[in-house]
Amino acid sequence: MTTSMESILDALPRIRNEARSMQDIVLANLVAIGEVPAPYQHEEVRVRMMLERFSECGLQNCSTDATGNGLAILPGAEGKANIFLFSNVDTLADEHAEPSLAFRKDEIVGPFIGDNSMALAAMASLPILLERLQIRLKANIIVMGAVRMLGHGNLEGLSGFLNNSGMPVQYGLSLEGVQLGRLNYACLGQLLCDITVRLPEDYNWVQFGATGAIISMNDIISRINKIPLPRRPLTTIVFGMIRGGVSYRNIARETVLSFEVRSESADLLNQVAQQIKDITEDVAANSGVTVKFDIFARRAPGGLDISHPFVKQMRTIHTALELQSQLYSTTFALTSLIEKKIPALVLGLTTGTRRDDLPEMEEAVAIDPMWTGLAQLVGVLLAIDGGFCDVV
Amino acid sequence: MWFKQWLAKRPPAKRVTRPPVAVAAWLQTNTFHHSQFTDLRALVAEKEKQHLTISLCIPTLNEEKTIGKEITVFKSELMSRYPLIDEIAVIDSGSTDKTCEVARTFGAEAYLAADILPETGDRKGKGENLWKAIYQLKGDIIVYVDADIKNIHARFAYGLLAPLLLKPEVKYVKAFYDRPLIVSKDVRVSGGGRVTEILVRPLFSLFFPDLTAIIQPLSGEYAARREVLDSIPFPIGYGVETAHLIDIYQRWGLRAFAQSDLDQRVHRNQSTQALGKMSFGILQTFLSRARALGLIGEMPERSQILRQFQVRDNVYEQVDSLIREMERPPMLEIPAYRRKFKRP
Repeated sequence: MTTSMESILDALPRIRNEARSMQDIVLANLVAIGEVPAPYQHEEVRVRMMLERFSECGLQNCSTDATGNGLAILPGAEGKANIFLFSNVDTLADEHAEPSLAFRKDEIVGPFIGDNSMALAAMASLPILLERLQIRLKANIIVMGAVRMLGHGNLEGLSGFLNNSGMPVQYGLSLEGVQLGRLNYACLGQLLCDITVRLPEDYNWVQFGATGAIISMNDIISRINKIPLPRRPLTTIVFGMIRGGVSYRNIARETVLSFEVRSESADLLNQVAQQIKDITEDVAANSGVTVKFDIFARRAPGGLDISHPFVKQMRTIHTALELQSQLYSTTFALTSLIEKKIPALVLGLTTGTRRDDLPEMEEAVAIDPMWTGLAQLVGVLLAIDGGFCDVV
Repeated sequence: MWFKQWLAKRPPAKRVTRPPVAVAAWLQTNTFHHSQFTDLRALVAEKEKQHLTISLCIPTLNEEKTIGKEITVFKSELMSRYPLIDEIAVIDSGSTDKTCEVARTFGAEAYLAADILPETGDRKGKGENLWKAIYQLKGDIIVYVDADIKNIHARFAYGLLAPLLLKPEVKYVKAFYDRPLIVSKDVRVSGGGRVTEILVRPLFSLFFPDLTAIIQPLSGEYAARREVLDSIPFPIGYGVETAHLIDIYQRWGLRAFAQSDLDQRVHRNQSTQALGKMSFGILQTFLSRARALGLIGEMPERSQILRQFQVRDNVYEQVDSLIREMERPPMLEIPAYRRKFKRP
């Protein structure tokens, strides 16, 4: 079908124009999927809606697997290889929240629209775009809305598919709503952790000056923050969430800190984990509170080499689309694929922001860059299908 | 007054010979749920078989926040995927925000009501937009959908169009948004909003009992055949929906109606004061029709000022609002319309 990488690059402007011409279809998919709430462990309704859209857009075998992922296949002409596209279905939204998208002239605003309704809408729209472009790949395309990916989900949906589907995957593409131009070819090692500080049963509630769980947690945070972290191998700690207490005047009985440790080095991750464990034990011993340190997810660093043809061709496609590839390691979705030795990249589909003027969960994504985002997706699918991403 | 003139011209025999229709039977045969019509291919085939064209009209006034999404959903689902609708148009009352610009960006035609049939003048009100849409739009069927629906879905159009495509005797399809749910042995009360239940339903119960079968007579979404729309007068304000029901009922009877349950509709809530104004306008329209039909006797001259109260710094103040329910004549009486659509 496509004889050279040059012909793929030459076709990109036409692909982008065709993608732009189906704006209404892409955005309607975005509304249909993005306005269905999908909190962790309650993703069924969004998965059902997504499968409905997959089916209407011409995908086949639309179904859920044992983990609850929504899966569909666009059969290839030969069907000997499988290219795997996926994105997370779950969001960090409250179970009862009813997301509503607002359309502005140049952008769309809504909860978790960039993470990751946009990616799901792109997957649902892809078969129509390929049909309009009269492109039929040799390989099958497997698309999946993955459940239980975020937070305590710990990539469960993705691992479930890779471990149990029995479908060999030759290439993987993790789609993210934002940012267009990102090219994640490797992933950092990662620890997802909770620290829980809880007052003991016999705590003296009426003692004047009693400080409760928050002060002890503050001590822990201060000491974690003083752990020296090297820039090479790059290592960071992200304090993501803290919760505790019930009112202004009641002493907090329990406080929970959720955070992530990231590093390019597995050894460093282990060292930092040990230091944090020491801190929590020390605070528990000195303040009389109960401290529980839980590492509920541990992922090893890894990924493709920057010189891998998959990365190189993706950069070529970006350049042809006048995008500057943003090459950096990510912490998320590549892990499970890398463990299976499957070459995989993370791509962003449009530009987006989490601005001060938007509520905590709301994101804004730009409309016009979406067409470039879809063009890069079709471009890399053609490159994979043509064998231009294979290691020779 | 246009209504009196129209009433005088309408064929009186039809009203006399029309057989009574039992409300219960009508509810059984002419009340639908949108889920009955999800086979959009079948609807498109039916439309093509009947050589019909369909226009979607969205009347607007400062709706830039919701109009883009609404147009996108309708265009994608009912034009690009399933060509059920031939035309989507916004008829705008003169928005001061970017409603028209946003509408065009997302692929709709956008017209200022004032620019349509300028020789007839420019009046402000939703009914004015609906009336001018009859001239501006091309469809044999026009479906009207409000612009403030937050949970927009293609069912808001196809749920109303399907009865017109599938039942030739139906001329006007009204939306409703609440489904009576039977939970255990209890039946949940179902009906319309506050103005419907406090004003319109009691009035219909008194004077037009058949029309009480319309579950939500004031819903802003409905679809109708052109030959119906161009032959009835249009109040330009709050009374347009009530007037449609009475006028169509008088001429074609309950059989001409159908209603479709479109499930939930999320939209802006209106204040009680705003509902008071709406009620005042509806009441004016209703009384003028009741009087013209001889259902009530002579009435003293009626004020068009609604008087409401507000409290400022512990002082009660009366707030006066002038609400004049003016009416547009049947579009068939406009020469430009007859020329454009080659109507006698």
